[in-house]
Amino acid sequence: MEKVLFKGNEAIAEAAICAGCRLFFGYPITPSTEVVEYLAWHMPKSGGTVLQAEDEIASINMCCGAAYTGARVMTASSGPGISLKQEGLSHAAANELPMVIVDISRAGPGLGGLGPSQADYFQATKGGGHGDYRLIVLAPAKVQEMYDYTMEAFDLADRHRNPVMILAEGFLGQMMEPIELKARPGTVLPVKDWIVDGCRNRSRRRLTSYGLSNETTEAACLHLEEKYNRIRAAEQRWEDFYSEDADYIIAAFGTCARIAKSAVLLARQQGIKLGLVRPITLWPFPEKAFTRLTQQLKGVLTVELSAGQMVEDVRLALASSCVPVAFYGRQGGMLPTEEELLRQVIQTFQPAPGKGV
Amino acid sequence: MEKIFGRPRGLTDLPFTYCPGCTHGIIHRLIGEVLEEMDIISDTIGVASVGCSMFTQELFACDFVQSLHGRAAAVATGVKRSLPDRLVFTYQGDGDIAAIGTSHAIHAAARGEKITVVMVNNAIYGMTGGQMAPTTLEGQKTATSPYGRDKALAGSPVDFPKTIATLSGAVYVAAMSVDTPANIKKTKQALKKAFQVQQAGLGFSLVSILSTCPTGWGLSPADSLDWLRDNMVPVYEMGEIKATEEVKDL
Ligand code: SF4
Repeated sequence: MEKVLFKGNEAIAEAAICAGCRLFFGYPITPSTEVVEYLAWHMPKSGGTVLQAEDEIASINMCCGAAYTGARVMTASSGPGISLKQEGLSHAAANELPMVIVDISRAGPGLGGLGPSQADYFQATKGGGHGDYRLIVLAPAKVQEMYDYTMEAFDLADRHRNPVMILAEGFLGQMMEPIELKARPGTVLPVKDWIVDGCRNRSRRRLTSYGLSNETTEAACLHLEEKYNRIRAAEQRWEDFYSEDADYIIAAFGTCARIAKSAVLLARQQGIKLGLVRPITLWPFPEKAFTRLTQQLKGVLTVELSAGQMVEDVRLALASSCVPVAFYGRQGGMLPTEEELLRQVIQTFQPAPGKGV
Repeated sequence: MEKIFGRPRGLTDLPFTYCPGCTHGIIHRLIGEVLEEMDIISDTIGVASVGCSMFTQELFACDFVQSLHGRAAAVATGVKRSLPDRLVFTYQGDGDIAAIGTSHAIHAAARGEKITVVMVNNAIYGMTGGQMAPTTLEGQKTATSPYGRDKALAGSPVDFPKTIATLSGAVYVAAMSVDTPANIKKTKQALKKAFQVQQAGLGFSLVSILSTCPTGWGLSPADSLDWLRDNMVPVYEMGEIKATEEVKDL
């Protein structure tokens, strides 16, 4: 199939249209702005509506409104905007509203910088807003995946009645790569028999997360917990790169994983059996990707563009094993080189070429 | 025996849980009657807010969704943009709409969002136990203005409908009260007009209704009505504050 050159943010926008999303509520913020700009051009041609809200809080609540009616809906922002959306995300998760949220992150905290950073990991995967809830979080590492994962995010959201986040660094959002514009997969999805659209030919419906008694609130929380456990069991995704025979693994996602791949190839040239595990779902975290390797692994180096966030999940996954987990990070928009990563692996675990330790 | 008075079909049969003498119940009944008379129960989606008015979701016979503190107008925007042929209304207290939700209500009005906002103004935060609201009157004692609202410290009451009326997207803005039978009748007419405005696709409509909070005010139900009349009515501009030409032609 013919490939076309697309910018990461625009690939997300195009995928949303292809996935049948016809409502977008957003607020511009660098480096995510091309998502709303692209959609403002192209969504109306597909009969859709792009509304620029007064702020991020309004936009996520507009998404909730549309999602209540069963419409496919999306919003996009960057770290500081996602912070504002957290209240609404808790609301969306509590009411089990399917929607897609895009976080094209920048360096933080505070205003931070525009360079590539993965410091929104906690905010994306640990709830962020109030109460116990989870988003399904997908982390692409190339523009093709920005397209593919966005398309799939809508299906995942509908299948599990849960908000789904695409988390990518501004680096990926701004990058241009040739991609294949795939058609929407013919996945069979559950019927939306819960939506609120006026009680024509049926009895009235009410969607609320408010519990009038502790008993009903606990029942609602348990219901969500069960759902999250189901998602944990069913949706862990990752990519392996030379991990089958690896003595050492780099754990990295997004842009960082691309650099780590080069480090793996460099290591292999030197006879060091280095591999990569790239989490694709950041939540549910792909614990299986690590636990199945415990017998062979002599060390895991988690590499992130942060002070170390995902490393906590890697440690949890390997908690019952003796595999040492180390961390290396760059911050503020700085990227490591492949040589830097290989040097870190050698310094941390001192693998001798060709033999291992 | 012929039944000459009953519960409107626009309401469910659940008992109201509001405090004795609270006029939320009257306003509910009026909306329930309007939904029935206009035959729009199954075309309407209500958006509940936070506060005492949250119970609307249980009490109206139409579909209902919940919004968080102050976000009702934004949620209603999302519902309406998805389903333009349904009637969408929010039911919000003054604390909800005129404090935390101000920007959402203002921008929904500015966009001319085709929704109806019902604002119930009792000059206080009812559910949280009677704290100061933006609508609290000067000198009024509340849990968080125990010496009376001091203008120098906390400013003067916000006349929210008047603010909304300045925006061109707002085509119908009415400020009503439910303290007398005559005013109750007028309020019902305003609510009906607001729904008709939406049905005709003319723009944003808001009906603000002065309401009592005997519990928060520490007054008997009867004294509350007097207090509303004597203290709130003089401060807030009352009546149909704005009705564009198109609305008058309805
Ligand atoms: S607290 Fe006030 S507003 Fe709330 S139900 Fe009681 S009287 Fe009515």
